Amino acid sequence: MADLTYTELQKIEKRAKVSGTVGKTVTYFLLTLWGLIVLFPFYWMLLTSIKSYSSYNSEYVPKFIATHPTTQNYVDAFTTVNLGKYFFNTVVFTVLTTAVMMVVTVLAAFAFSRLKFKGKSITFAIFLSLMMIPNELVVITNYVTITNWNMRNTFQGLILPSVASVFYIYLLKENFEQIPEELYKAAKVDGTSDLKYLLKVMIPISKPTIITILILKVIECWNSYVWPRLVTDNEAYYLVSNGIQEIRENGFGRENIPAMMAAVVVISVPLVVLFLIFHKKIMEGVSRGGTKG
Amino acid sequence: MKVILKNLTKKFPNRNKKIKEDVVAVDNFDFEIPDGKLIGLLGPSGCGKSTTLNMISGLEKPTSGRIFFGEDDVTDLPAEHRGVGLVFQNYALYPHLTVRQNIIFPLQNLKGDKKMTMDAMNQKADEVAKLVQIGEYMDRRPSELSGGQQQRVAIARALVKTPRVLLLDEPLSNLDARLRLQTREEIKRIQRETGVTTIFVTHDQEEAMSISDMIVVMKDGRLMQMDKPQTVYDDPKNFFVAKFLGTPAINTFDGEVKGEKLYLGDSAVLNVPGVKDGPVYVGIRPEGFIPDENGPMECDLSAVEVMGRDTSIVSTHPAMTVVAIRSIILSENRPDATGNKVRFSLKPYKVLLFDKTTEERIYFDIK
Amino acid sequence: MKKLSSLKGWLYLLPAILFLGFFMVYPLIDVVMYSFEEGYNFASQSHFGYGLYNFKYVLHDPYFLQAVKNTFIIVIITVPLSTGIALLISLGLNSIKPLKELYQTVYFLPYVTNTLAVGLVFMILFKKTAYSEGLVNLLLNSLGMSSVDFIDGPYWAKIFVMCFYTIWVVMPFKILILTSALAGVKKDYYNAARVDGTSKFRIFYKITLPMISPMIFYLVITGFIGAFKAYADEVAIFGTNLNAAGMNTIVGYVYDMLYGNSGGYPSYASAASLILFAIVFTITVINLLISKKNVQY
Repeated sequence: MADLTYTELQKIEKRAKVSGTVGKTVTYFLLTLWGLIVLFPFYWMLLTSIKSYSSYNSEYVPKFIATHPTTQNYVDAFTTVNLGKYFFNTVVFTVLTTAVMMVVTVLAAFAFSRLKFKGKSITFAIFLSLMMIPNELVVITNYVTITNWNMRNTFQGLILPSVASVFYIYLLKENFEQIPEELYKAAKVDGTSDLKYLLKVMIPISKPTIITILILKVIECWNSYVWPRLVTDNEAYYLVSNGIQEIRENGFGRENIPAMMAAVVVISVPLVVLFLIFHKKIMEGVSRGGTKG
Repeated sequence: MKVILKNLTKKFPNRNKKIKEDVVAVDNFDFEIPDGKLIGLLGPSGCGKSTTLNMISGLEKPTSGRIFFGEDDVTDLPAEHRGVGLVFQNYALYPHLTVRQNIIFPLQNLKGDKKMTMDAMNQKADEVAKLVQIGEYMDRRPSELSGGQQQRVAIARALVKTPRVLLLDEPLSNLDARLRLQTREEIKRIQRETGVTTIFVTHDQEEAMSISDMIVVMKDGRLMQMDKPQTVYDDPKNFFVAKFLGTPAINTFDGEVKGEKLYLGDSAVLNVPGVKDGPVYVGIRPEGFIPDENGPMECDLSAVEVMGRDTSIVSTHPAMTVVAIRSIILSENRPDATGNKVRFSLKPYKVLLFDKTTEERIYFDIK
Repeated sequence: MKKLSSLKGWLYLLPAILFLGFFMVYPLIDVVMYSFEEGYNFASQSHFGYGLYNFKYVLHDPYFLQAVKNTFIIVIITVPLSTGIALLISLGLNSIKPLKELYQTVYFLPYVTNTLAVGLVFMILFKKTAYSEGLVNLLLNSLGMSSVDFIDGPYWAKIFVMCFYTIWVVMPFKILILTSALAGVKKDYYNAARVDGTSKFRIFYKITLPMISPMIFYLVITGFIGAFKAYADEVAIFGTNLNAAGMNTIVGYVYDMLYGNSGGYPSYASAASLILFAIVFTITVINLLISKKNVQY
């Protein structure tokens, strides 16, 4: 490498400095732009939800701040339509589905990872192959089944087909298998029963994965739309997703957009708050779940 | 290419955010590396060796101080313009490229009139591959090579663009013991053949001793001593260097000088002409003990370990600051190990004195 | 003893087997049966015979063809675009230090929102009503362009909104995966390349891209699968009557055949869903073959 002259050196140094600063500025500008695109809808729904019906409709050019904020829309959202009921239904649906799913998943993952029984590997292979089946294929028959069982417009109808998830069983089984076999043997020698071992040792050790699964399932439940739409046509069993469609089409009278936005805010708040509190865990969980899939 | 570091300092913000004070990784570092030499940068982990290396390569900017390559001040020059070759502890070979592609990668970056044709690049790659003896693996991927082979590829990649300075960051740490020995001979040979100024970072004193023309000992970001390997061992400038170099390690004692005599406990063990009265740290190399029935130093014998040519005598002494004193003698001079006492006389040039406060070496006249 | 422990294993597995059996395995067989049963009557649950009529009917149904067209447009536009933008954003995120976590958190927000609900906000932003042009149109006007009704207007405008929203929704996951893939590339590789004077573009093209290529392919494959199943995002913006809006998707067609005003035809729905499965399966296999060829380690 030829030695560089002093002026050449200076030029290189200067260029590196300038291009570094310009690059940083452009990067921050673009990142902020995307941040605004992400945040703007949230800002807009909050803003619109506190504008009064009349002031919203009188603004040909919408104002970016609310001059006379009102909570009337939130009152409307809970009184004019059944938002409270939708909300309650969704909480019940989410909690029950997640709880049952967790029990089923933990038991199956334990059986696959620690217990020895005939036909285990073939059963697991069948389970794995089920992972490739898209929900759209089985939803048709499930709809017919639930209708035949007279479970439309019931929580059972909503929950039962949403419980089993091969992917989560797989995820947890992998995690369980990483726990050293010696622990299991030691527990056996000490006379610990399988169930006790599962509850006292495996579940606590696998807590991060279990939390991941819980988070993913809760988000999935809270946002589920297709299945609830199929099996409920009675408003008393609507979940928030269906509720918001109902509100949109028959709710406040089509044009009461501020009230609609208030409903949207109410629906969005629980998960957003949950996210803001646990954002590290949730992002970690989603990226773990996603990468292993 | 001569490399000169002038008052080089690097500070990092403290990782514990509550502590406002910066961490000083490299503190006012000052030395000159002569052209064409292999320098071992030695120190315990966290002493700032790698930071120093990164500043020389340009990957990190010094907080203050200057770096010169020959006459050029390269302090503000970005890494890509410095013309250094860098070899990493974990090789950092691109896993998706073959050995050949890895080696010619730096050449493909050349621009303008330095641009090379594919043929010239391949030829150059073959040359360095021959130098590091990996010619037969050119079409394999790094994952198909052993650790030692991967390290050679990494060295080839660093050498291919004829760097002004070659930097090796703990290049042997990921190799097993046998390969480490072999590869360090290799590195020495390659350095001799190419004559490129080389800086070799390691925490392993044996490695540094065996490979380097000069050793630079660092501690807490500061230069402790820079000398030829044997000089660093025989003539350490301070207590740290004395303790850091040598296996088995030096035996240390709390001693006192009274009337130009060195006292360990109650007995005078050595004449130390020219040393002022007062407490001192004492270091005695394992080979500095001579078993002698009439010797001035009496120790309680713990064990005698015969290891073929050498015998090591493990004993204890009230003034020692180590767990046990280990002295090494030729097996044929082994004393009859009867009773539970052993007496030594000492080789004066193997006894090192250090100031209690500054830990600097205190010299005395050896008649 | 051995028999007992074998029994125990099955006992632990029983709930999973029951649920999966009833709601996955059985329906899988059943859906194939349905698709070949001609003239199925939902009320009496009877049919005339077996044949390919359902498939023929679906493939000639203009609504289905429209749905296929829409779905393919969504796939072709949103998958490359969202992956590309996500890659750019992730690269940007990886190159900064201050505020990085804040940006990451903000970018992830759409993932946890109810897409049906936020879709309404998009509708309002794009919609032209008697009272207002809608914010987006006002923006267009200020740039000297004329207003477009994005919700009830021309086809391209509706496609634009749909793709825009779809990208907005899928972005968080892709950014998350790509940023962690980028962070996983060891710093030494970049240092080695920098010392060798590699240009930024070449570092990206020759080192970063190959290193994260497995994750990119993963995102492309799952992106394709997800985009082919597009439905809820469309409902969110255009309402439940997607056929009327001309914005139906294949999945939407399946549900419409099953349920609602045009519903009651599980046979047609089954045939359509099997066609969808065949398309997705083929494309996934092609994707996997391409990725095998290109992911080098």
